[in-house]
Amino acid sequence: MIDIMQKFKYLQHTADAKFQAFGESIEEAFTNAALAMVSLMWDPEKIETKIEHKLCVTGRDEKQLLFNFLEDILFRLDSLMFLVKTVEKIRLVRENNRFLLEARLVGDVHSEKYETFGEVKAITYNEMEIVKNHSVMVQVVVDM
Amino acid sequence: MEIKKLGEYVWEIPKQGQMRVPAVIYTSSKLLESIKRDKTLLQAQNVACLPGIQKKAYVMPDGHQGYGFPIGGVAAFDRTTGVISPGGVGYDINCGVRLLKTEFFEPDIRSKRRELLDEIFREVPAGVGRKGLIRLNKSILFDVCRRGAEWAVENGYGTKEDLLKTEEYGRMKSANPEFLSQRAIERGAPQLGTLGSGNHFLEIQKVDQIFDPNVSQTFGIHSKNQILVMIHCGSRGLGHQVASDYIRLMEDRYGTKNLPDRELIYAPLHSDLGQQYYQSMSSAVNFAFVNRQMIAHWVRNVFRKVLGSSDGMDQVYDVCHNVAKFENHSIDGERRSLCVHRKGATRSFGPGREEIPEIYRSVGQPVIIPGSMGTASYILVGTSEAERLSFGSTAHGAGRMMSRHEALRRFRGEKIKKEMEDQGIELKATSWRGVAEEAPGAYKNVDEVVNVSHRVGLGRLVARVVPVGVMKG
Repeated sequence: MIDIMQKFKYLQHTADAKFQAFGESIEEAFTNAALAMVSLMWDPEKIETKIEHKLCVTGRDEKQLLFNFLEDILFRLDSLMFLVKTVEKIRLVRENNRFLLEARLVGDVHSEKYETFGEVKAITYNEMEIVKNHSVMVQVVVDM
Repeated sequence: MEIKKLGEYVWEIPKQGQMRVPAVIYTSSKLLESIKRDKTLLQAQNVACLPGIQKKAYVMPDGHQGYGFPIGGVAAFDRTTGVISPGGVGYDINCGVRLLKTEFFEPDIRSKRRELLDEIFREVPAGVGRKGLIRLNKSILFDVCRRGAEWAVENGYGTKEDLLKTEEYGRMKSANPEFLSQRAIERGAPQLGTLGSGNHFLEIQKVDQIFDPNVSQTFGIHSKNQILVMIHCGSRGLGHQVASDYIRLMEDRYGTKNLPDRELIYAPLHSDLGQQYYQSMSSAVNFAFVNRQMIAHWVRNVFRKVLGSSDGMDQVYDVCHNVAKFENHSIDGERRSLCVHRKGATRSFGPGREEIPEIYRSVGQPVIIPGSMGTASYILVGTSEAERLSFGSTAHGAGRMMSRHEALRRFRGEKIKKEMEDQGIELKATSWRGVAEEAPGAYKNVDEVVNVSHRVGLGRLVARVVPVGVMKG
């Protein structure tokens, strides 16, 4: 047993990118999924803590919630050039038949000082999984 | 799964289970081996099950696994009983290629290659999260989406002749941006006139080999070592958002329970949602045409600045690789209007079609097939056989064979640059890691792909071009 849990790992996928993210809770797994995704485009550790965005998304089920959460990060990248460093104060709530996610995204606006590489075009439902045992694993394939 | 060999390069999955039509794969035994390794064939089978599908579900020689439809998938649907599927177009709507010719020859630019690339790099924003140079408000963006490349030409980007030499003449008239989401608008507005990243690139190329001098002359490609410019990009975040939005809307409306694959979601062509997707997709198509029109204009400016002239820098053609549209095709001897989906496939119309400009109508449409970064690309010509065999379609590129993750482990960006330099290719990129991810070794051999296209008759070889300068987003 390893006591420091791996945050995420990438799996083989020929054309695009597939990853699994882990957490003690669904919130932590979602946070790590966001880090796995942005790490395909930039190194979050190298982004400065300058700007904070409040995020709130909903979904019909947990998969759609994950999809919408990750898509929101892409939206902020394209529309506001916002590069995420960390996800904080994430909270998932179930209200009747809807799921709600609130979080703070911390990072900076893109500029010459940051290196970016691959481009995630879209989130997909392809092979998406959310597995809950003692801990939580989420699996996502993104279109690149 | 049963696969029948029908010819040297033709394979069929016979109609079985829920399939309404057979699926046909045009490829070589060698490429089929890699196709069999992923879910391409299963996805082709799924497409063959969709309502209103005509003749067959097709897979082009460079087919590989996609979402819903395979990449390299072509399917046509009846206007009244058929469907439209965002997964049949893909996330990067009107990802495509534009080719410009020049009247320069390789020795003319040899000492200026670095300067040309540096200047293009300055003029054309590239890379993840890079803004375009112009600020668009909603009303201008709507104009862009409605009027496509016509808007660009009116605003000083390029010439009217460019429009003639663009698929759809640079504008899908079915576009209606009123059905775009606020998110699509906000993602699109800052990104007009940007190259993007990933597999998108801009190359200065030289003609390496001419297979068909007659046709190539018609396309303006007349000599070995003649310099060409190839621009490969799409509709950026606007198109990606249209795809995601309508997948979601269709799921909410029709549910996903009976689908083998969530991204195979579709709507009847005649339904409100089907029409709204079609009009939004058309808007994204137009956005991408404007994108390439602007980039081409800046490239011409750079050539003028660095080499003193951009005379003769005419557009050869501009093709879409990801699109759905209405075209007339023969079904059992009857001419019918069908909604043809091409996902990672190029239209390949033969002589006589009114969709292609008069100057090319006697020979067929130019088909532009880019290789991977730093490798050869091809110019083909569309054929009448393709209209019979694949609703007038052929391949679109090389296709990956190695994941980005694996490519990162195996290749180093700096080393690739050095290797390319040894072959006489200048490279300029936004990041080393991006270069390693797009390493030529991570892609299939495009030579084999175009060879199959030529042998089957989906598109015939005209010329082979090789890069001398590469800009990677």
